[in-house]
Amino acid sequence: MAGQTIPLWEVFIRSRNGLSHKHVGSLHAPDATLALQSARDLYTRRGEGLSIWVVPSNAITASDPSEKGMMFEPTASKIYRHPTFYEVPDEVGHM
Amino acid sequence: MYTQALNANPDAGDRTLEDAALVARFQERIDDEDRIEPNDWMPAAYRKTLTRQISQHAHSEIIGMLPEGNWITRAPSLRRKAALLAKVQDECGHGLYLYAAAETLGTSREELVDQLLSGKAKYSSIFNYPTLTWADIGAIGWLVDGAAIMNQIPLCRCSYGPYARAMIRVCKEESFHQRQGYEIMISLSKGSAEQKQMAQDALNRWWWPCLMMFGPPDAASMHSDQSTKWKIKRFSNDELRQKFVDATVPQAQYLGLTLPDADLKLNEETGHWDYGTINWDEFKQVIAGNGPCNRDRMSARRQAHEDGAWVREAALAFAEKRRVQAEAA
Ligand SMILES: [Fe+2]
Ligand SMILES: [Fe+2]
Repeated sequence: MAGQTIPLWEVFIRSRNGLSHKHVGSLHAPDATLALQSARDLYTRRGEGLSIWVVPSNAITASDPSEKGMMFEPTASKIYRHPTFYEVPDEVGHM
Repeated sequence: MYTQALNANPDAGDRTLEDAALVARFQERIDDEDRIEPNDWMPAAYRKTLTRQISQHAHSEIIGMLPEGNWITRAPSLRRKAALLAKVQDECGHGLYLYAAAETLGTSREELVDQLLSGKAKYSSIFNYPTLTWADIGAIGWLVDGAAIMNQIPLCRCSYGPYARAMIRVCKEESFHQRQGYEIMISLSKGSAEQKQMAQDALNRWWWPCLMMFGPPDAASMHSDQSTKWKIKRFSNDELRQKFVDATVPQAQYLGLTLPDADLKLNEETGHWDYGTINWDEFKQVIAGNGPCNRDRMSARRQAHEDGAWVREAALAFAEKRRVQAEAA
């Protein structure tokens, strides 16, 4: 058993303000039950949340940082996706 | 500080092998206040420096539980006991946030813990001093956590994303630590003559070691320059030390206690408090393992690790059993 490593988990917490679960950090735990308990002790000592998700880190598929340009730059030129691109005459008022 | 710049310079050799264009692009990102994330390209020396600094910081938080833990069962009231327990638990949390940040650089938790237990890795010199009386708990919260806050606030803007984010969490929790310590000092200072003397004695013993927490003077510090260029470090050791002295002097005055430094005086020109000479030989001795409690701290830590081995093994065996059962079902 020595030499066996304890798996890594990512922790997500939904705070009381109604926003979605947010990544807060990670921890090591042998299984999901202990991961949840450790997450409670480690990341919610001051009422930080009302719900916890723990996800095995190796279950996450991440985008490749070297493909950042290909992935995200095309949106920069699509300014017509933003409301400010369109003109509404002053007489029409707030829209 | 908790990361006192204790080790030698990163190998210059690491850099020569790297693609100059990548290095230049990396420095550009740093200069633009971009955050570096775990999977981004980074120079080997940056990775090494950060792994060392973040893990030293984590070890310090963990070892730092020992001197204060010494007084949990003997706290003078339930209120003080609950607060101290919560504080020590926070320090454990800080250690764990920081280990997680260090691991993102590619060294496993097991290796990092091993480096501490084998004595290969350093931790802050401050935790090698004993907590002789209850007043030491006040002095530690007020001064040690106070010094830690000075150092940690700029680290919230460190160029390495996971470290900066861990430090934001840590900083949010530190303020309570300092205030609970100062409150203990207020109670003692306003108490009987004997209690006030206890507070003064604790201050006398902790003051100079706290100044050493900021690390060697700038003139002697080996790798501040590179760390500054990489925006790991934003203020020099001496700058932070001066900030700490300036902030602490009026707090000591309020308590009616005397800082144990005959040379301490307000410099009318600079507006800063000038302080006396720090005993750097003592600092070197403590770092080298010869402080009053180094051996104690290490043996307590090793003992705890060994005593917990069967729990780790049992939990892993149980998880494995559950996994096999779930597969069979
Ligand atoms: Fe801490
Ligand atoms: Fe603290």
